[in-house]
Formats: sequence, structure tokens, C-alpha cells
Amino acid sequence: MGKRVGIIGVGQTHHAAKRLDASGVELIAEAVSRALDDAQLTMADIDAIVVGNMDHFENINYVDMWAVDGLGACMKPVFKVTTGGTTGTTVGACGYYHVASGLFDVVLAVGWEKNSESDTQAAITTCANPTLERDPFAGAIGPLATEYSMYMKAYGATEEDSARVAARDRNNALNNPYAHSRQAVTMEDVLNSPMLSYPVKFLDMCPRSDGSCAVIFAVEEKAKKLCPRPAWVHTSVVRHDYTHFGDLEWQFMPTLERASAQAYKLAGITNPLKEFDVAELYIPCSTCGVKWMDSLWFCDHGGAPKLIRKGTFEMNGQLPINPSGGVIATNPIGATGLIRVGEAAWQIMGKAGARQVKGAKKALCTGFGGCSWTDLMILGADLP
Amino acid sequence: MGLYEDKRKRTHTPEGYELLTQESGHLEYDFHWHLGYYWSKFLAELRDNQRFMAVKCPECGTVYMPPRANCGKCYVEMNDWVEVGPEGSLEGFTIVRFPYIDPNNGEMKQVPFTSIWVTLDGASTRMMHFCNEYDEKDLDVGMRMRAVWSEERTGSIHDVKYFEVIREKPAKKAAAKKPAKKAAKKAAAKKPAKRPAKKAAKK
Amino acid sequence: MEKVAIIGVGQTKYDRNSPLTFAELVFEATSKAIEDAGISKDDVDNIVSVSSDFWDGRTISSMAICDASNAFGKDITTVEGDGTFGALYGMMRILSGSFGVTIVCAHHKGTESSMNGITNCSFDPLVERKLGIDAVSSAAMQARRYMNKYGLLEEQFALVSVKNHGNAMRNPLALLPMEITVDDVMNSRKVADPLKVLDCSPVTDGACTIILAAERQAKKLTTNKKRVWMKGVGHCSDAFRLGDRDLADTRALKDAAKRAYAMAGIDDPRSDICFAEVYDAFSYMEPLWLEGLGICDDGMGCEYLERGYFDAGGKLPVNVSGGRLSANPVQAAGLYAMAECVLQLRGEAGKRQLKGVDTALVHGINGMCGQSHCVWVLGK
Repeated sequence: MGKRVGIIGVGQTHHAAKRLDASGVELIAEAVSRALDDAQLTMADIDAIVVGNMDHFENINYVDMWAVDGLGACMKPVFKVTTGGTTGTTVGACGYYHVASGLFDVVLAVGWEKNSESDTQAAITTCANPTLERDPFAGAIGPLATEYSMYMKAYGATEEDSARVAARDRNNALNNPYAHSRQAVTMEDVLNSPMLSYPVKFLDMCPRSDGSCAVIFAVEEKAKKLCPRPAWVHTSVVRHDYTHFGDLEWQFMPTLERASAQAYKLAGITNPLKEFDVAELYIPCSTCGVKWMDSLWFCDHGGAPKLIRKGTFEMNGQLPINPSGGVIATNPIGATGLIRVGEAAWQIMGKAGARQVKGAKKALCTGFGGCSWTDLMILGADLP
Repeated sequence: MGLYEDKRKRTHTPEGYELLTQESGHLEYDFHWHLGYYWSKFLAELRDNQRFMAVKCPECGTVYMPPRANCGKCYVEMNDWVEVGPEGSLEGFTIVRFPYIDPNNGEMKQVPFTSIWVTLDGASTRMMHFCNEYDEKDLDVGMRMRAVWSEERTGSIHDVKYFEVIREKPAKKAAAKKPAKKAAKKAAAKKPAKRPAKKAAKK
Repeated sequence: MEKVAIIGVGQTKYDRNSPLTFAELVFEATSKAIEDAGISKDDVDNIVSVSSDFWDGRTISSMAICDASNAFGKDITTVEGDGTFGALYGMMRILSGSFGVTIVCAHHKGTESSMNGITNCSFDPLVERKLGIDAVSSAAMQARRYMNKYGLLEEQFALVSVKNHGNAMRNPLALLPMEITVDDVMNSRKVADPLKVLDCSPVTDGACTIILAAERQAKKLTTNKKRVWMKGVGHCSDAFRLGDRDLADTRALKDAAKRAYAMAGIDDPRSDICFAEVYDAFSYMEPLWLEGLGICDDGMGCEYLERGYFDAGGKLPVNVSGGRLSANPVQAAGLYAMAECVLQLRGEAGKRQLKGVDTALVHGINGMCGQSHCVWVLGK
């Protein structure tokens, strides 16, 4: 049947609000060359390439064609996948399937974005149905803000809970040399930051960044030869169930629940809170870092605030979340999901430097975007 | 993981050339999207009859607002039209205060504007629209809303000017709050039943 | 390698200013494909949608068709490129063992906006875009280069247009079925020298869906009659800047074709391939790509055309559906071409049925001037 696949190298750019020194192609080249370096490979060893980003941020059509120089894709197989905010994880899944199919042995997956090149909100707004939903579309923040105010009402979650998540991710980023936003913050700093859209405040929310991430997937036989400790892909599950924003169900995060239930079943996981050693989750806003814990089956509905207040997800807690600083610290949209995969892979490979979770053997990565869509990937130090 | 050069603060090339940016200039091309059978009817009904027409799935009974050709869950074409609204419950809201470019015309969007999700009476899904309130203190999930129609209607969602909160006289303010608590309690009670854990096991 | 079959196809009629929305087109094509395959919607476990944010005018273009593509509760992803690449990813997902039945659905409504503006945006913003270059003007440069390299004439390219529009007369889905002559093509309005209107494909609306199944699933769910096997595939991209490559050198296509033929066990495409659907976005492209596919030697494409080699009644019929010249819904075009080959191989191609065919070649391109190619070999 299919082949088993391991991640053998990861490369990231230094993410920033604006990379004045590099064009999009150069950003891609930076991440790709670092990934090849990490895996001790050259471009000649790469059999196929897949790339992803969200078109309207840079207004470049057929990005896979435009970026061949940076991707190393001249006279190689290449194509593009794109699914909005989940693009990064979609690219990761695509790299995985390239190799799992047996058609290619070593595949390079690249996600990138240069959000500084356009008005991010304006571009995102075009994702809504132009006739029915574009005009009232409140941007990425709107729905997230609303769902948290309802969650607070239903379960007694507080703004302090989300501020705790924001402080966690931002402080974790201090250990990550690649992170865009690296500032030490306290919960008070977060609570006192300007209100964007009740109850979401400035420091609760992710930035928009210029950056790129490249991940190299290899087939089992080659991965074993090339890498001392590959991060094996255990499963990939995607649920993009909604078409109109009005179809979303707010009480819980339905696609995350469904995708994670399926993924845990495929990967043989019965107690995620206990069995995962680290998680790199697509948490674009700290309020999601509270509410969505329920939907990952870490606890029952409404149980998240208790776990947060106990410090369960801090670096020294039971299940560290976002040692890299997560999305709140770095968000080059087309790359963000892939950075989750790359960071989780580094954790398993033991290459996460100052942000390493000791003895990490099983990692969870998620992607989020579009109409409350979810992508999920589970990586492990052992073969699946 | 090697130590790579961090070039984020660079403003010049190593030889001293300033790093430049270039403006794209104005690029504009229009789209004229066709609305198909369902939205053409939906908008015509807003314009001519000031009513909200939804479609109902013959298999699962979900009433979709706004209407669309097929039920995503059951994958069947829907042809049963049902009138819903004009009143409904406020499911969510947010007041946007930060401006950004409106892709419809290239100008900055007027802020603040209040975006809401409202479940029209009889519908299963929510409709996105506007509200004429701009203070979070005056809005609460569960409030009753009614559509306010525009004088000039052209077959667009703007034929509904906005939704306004149906407020009783100030004396009854306490009563008005009840629906919010009920909705929250209802939502809380509903949850355990909705978890798909068992469904996953069946697969 | 496990075998993968195409078990169902659904196509909407090519149109201009179609009154249907993306979702309605995809629902039509996908419902037809599910019905054609004779399976239930729940037999499908994942979807690959093919669409373009630029052409749709909305980012996350796949959002518009989630419901319509039977994606609820299933894995879905989106390839932004030609349908042939989408089909490749669909096949990979099945070979990975994670899925058994994949829907690949492509949609495109080019008539809703400006082809010039949209394709201009595929060029480098710093230099090329400012020149106003787009799909047609860049193709014109490629045509001129091809003519100069081998001493070819516009009249020879016109033969492609005559053949393909004529073939379209027998395709009930076609947008531009026409009986025309070389003179008609030569006298048609000049668009970008040497290309005239009848050398160019029309901006088109359409949606097409094909359903892939792993051998184990295909044997369980369908009959032999419905199954067409995906025997070989290859894809490869050339350099980006038009000036970085010789536009008349089909090296990327040759590479892609080589991979496809090796996988399919084809030693000599000229004798092993019965017929082909090739991406003729412009008339000159048909002979150029046929050379790259190894169907004839470099520079000989036009001579073979003149000999009638590629006619519907010729030795190796090319584009009996009418080709892209008769209808070109950009991303969906490659998938329509695959659907046509499936129908031919099944014996369901109506008036355009070719006799005794068992191996088909499908070719799709991505990017300007055929920068990237995807080649398929399908067989019964």
C-alpha cells in the first residue's frame, strides 16, 4: 500500500513585519536553502516540489511558476496547493502524500507569504461570498471575538484566561530566533492593550508577517539513511466543512472536533492530553487558545479554563503548547500552518534549541483558516 | 539547526545600495459574477416582496439561509422554498473599529460598523448582516432582531438596511435580558449531545 | 504500484456568461460524475478541487464549492493549476493508502472578468507586468519563435483551428463548433501577430468532475466497462522568465512525457498511443506539444498536420473533442480532456467515437507559454 514518510529537514526564514531585504522568491530561497542544509541535502536530491500561499496578498498569479528559481523547481515536478489560512498544513499534507504514494522519494514542501506587500484585511475579505457575505464580513477577528464572548457567557471563561494564553505564546517566542514578534509580556500587559473587537485586544491577536518555511519529506528507506531521528508522519486529517460563514456552529469548534476525533482514531490515540508531548497549534487569537482546547478532546466542553489556570499548557506543564510562540508571535499566512509542522518536527528531531521540550516523542499540529476549517497532522519519533 | 544570519534589520545591501520597494500602481479589473437560480430568486424577493426566502433540504430538513443549490451534508438538490424571518435571534456580533481597504471600490471601509450573525425565525443557519448599534454594552447574544428595509431596493443584501434590536420599553429591560441567558443555558445543555465521539467510533 | 482507475466523469456544457454560480456548476458536474460511476456519495472519501483565486475573484476559491463538491465530513484540498495536476494529486492520495475514492472537480468562469488583467498578473511585477504582457501576447512571442526556428507558416497553424473546430461539430458540449477553412482563419481579426482570433481559444465557463478509485475499490464499486486505468503520469516545469528559456524548446514537456511513458510501459508513443487530447490553448501549441510528447520529431509537427496524421480519421487523432480551441475553461480544461478520453476508451463518445482505441494520451499545461506540463497515459 502506501509508504511511511518522515520529515528529515526544516528551514525557516527570520520572520518579520517587513523583510525589506528580500523579494518573495528570495524569502522562499532562504527557507529552502536552510531546509536543505538542515537535511544535509542538495537540490539534486529533491524529486518534487509543492508550494502554497494565499494569492491575493502579493497579487501574483501562478505562484508555482513565478517562484521556480527560489523553489529550485526548474526542470522538476512542481505544483501549487492553496486553501487560505490552512494553506501551510495543506502544503504539508501534500508533501506527505507525494511521498506516501510511492511516486517520489524526497519532496520539498514550501509555504510562504509577504503580507507586508498588501492590505491584509482587504485581501482576506475577498474570501467571503461577494454577493451575500463580503460586505458585512468583519475580517478574521470578528467571528473569533464573537465565539469567545459566547463561550465566556456559557462557561465562565474570562479575559484573564485568554490573556494568560497570549502571554504564554509571546513569552515562548523569546526562545525562538525566527519568531517575528519577540517581546516579554505579562497578563496585565495583554489586558491593558487596546481593544480591537470585544473581547479581543491588540496583544491577543496575531500579527501579519513576511516569512517562509520549507519542510523536506522522505520515504522510509531514505529517511532512515539520511536522518538520525526523522519525525514520522502518523496521520493527516482535514475537515473544511463550511461554505458560508453563516453556516458555522458557534458553540464548539466543529471541524476541529471532527478532525481530531478522526485523527486520534487513525493514530491510536485515546488520551490526547496524556499521550502528546508537545503541540504546535494554529491559534490565531488567544481566545481560541482557551475555547478550542475543548474541541481537541483535552477536556469536556467548558473545561478549558480550568486547564489553562492550572498551567497545563505552559512550557513546564503537562502538554506544552506552542513552544515556538505560535501564530500569535509569527504569521506569514501561507507559511503559518507549515511552520507548525516544521516546529513540531524539530521538537521530535531534538533540534528545537532553547525551546526544546525534553524527550518529545509525539506531536500534534493543527492548521486553521477559511470558514472555520481545520487541518491536523500527528508526528511521532516512532514509526507509525 | 545552524546559526543563520538574521537580515531583518537590513536597509542597505552589503555594498551600500539602499533597499527599495515599488508601488504596483492602480490595478483594477471588475468581476461580474452570475448569481444563479437560487441567489437571483433570493435577491428578487428581498427587492420586490421584502421577504427572506430560504431553502429546505428534503432529507435532513435543514433550512438554509442564505439559500443555495444543494445541501452540503446530504448532497441533494434543494427545491423547497420556505419564507423565514423577518425577525430573528442575534447569534453573534462584533463591532469593527479598525479600517481597511474595501475590495469593492478600493476606498477605506467606513468604521465603526457592526457585523452580526442572525438566525431568522424558521431558519437553521445564520445570515450575516449589519446592525445599527455601535456599543457592545447595548448588544447581547439572544436579543430579538428585526430587519429594517431600504427605501431603494436593487436586488442586493443592502436592500435590508440593517437589523435593529427589538427593544421593549426601558421599564422591561430586565425581561429583555432573559433570552440571552436562556440561549446560553440552552447552548450549554445542548453540547454533550452534539459531540460526535460515538459517530467516529462507528466508522 | 497499486492501480488507480477513473470510474466516473461529469461535465457541464461549455458556456459563455453562464447564469450558474461556481457552486451550481460544480454540483452539476459532480452529481453527474457520481451518477455515471454508479456509486453513492458516501463511497467518496476525499476531494481535490481545482480552482484559481485569481480567475474566481475571491481568495480561498475552494470555499465557494465545498458543499457542492460533496466535501462535508471528508478530507478536501485544492490544487491551483490545471485539472491534470489535480488529477495527479488525487491519484497520489489514493496510492498513499489513506483514501479509496477521490473526487477531482475543477471549475472556471473566465467570462466573468478580464483574461488580460488576470493573466497579466502571472508575470513578474517589476519588469514584465508593466509591459502589459498577458497570455495572448506572450503566446504570440512563442508562436513567432517556433515559426522562426523551423521555418513554419501561419497557414500551417491554421490547419489546427480548422481541424479542431470541425471536430467540435460532433461534440454536444462544445462552445465553438464551426466548419471553417484556412482562409477563414487567415482572414480573422489579428489579435497579436502572428495570432488571429481563430488561432486563440475562447474564454469559457465550465466545470468538470472525474472520480478516481483505487483498484480494490474500483473492482468493488463498478464494472469493467466503467473503469479506465491511469497507467502513467509525469509532470515537470521549465524556467519562469520568458527570456530564461527557448520558448520553442519543449524540454520540460519531454521530461514529463518520459516519466509518464516509463510508468505506463510505453516504448514508442507513436505506435502505442491511439489518440490524444493536447492542450491547444493556441493553434501553434498543438504541433509544438506533439513534438514534445514524442509523437513526431522536433519541427515536424506541422508537416504531420498537413498530411492529415492528426485528423479524426488519421493515424493518431488529436483533439477529437474539439480541443481547447473550441472551449477553454483554463483550470478545468485538462480535466475535460481526461473525461473525453475516458468516454472514448469506454466506447461512449457518440458521434466522435474512435474505433478500436485502448490507450490515450492527455496533456495539460500550467503557467504562461506552457511553462509546466502534466502528461497522462490512460488505458482500458
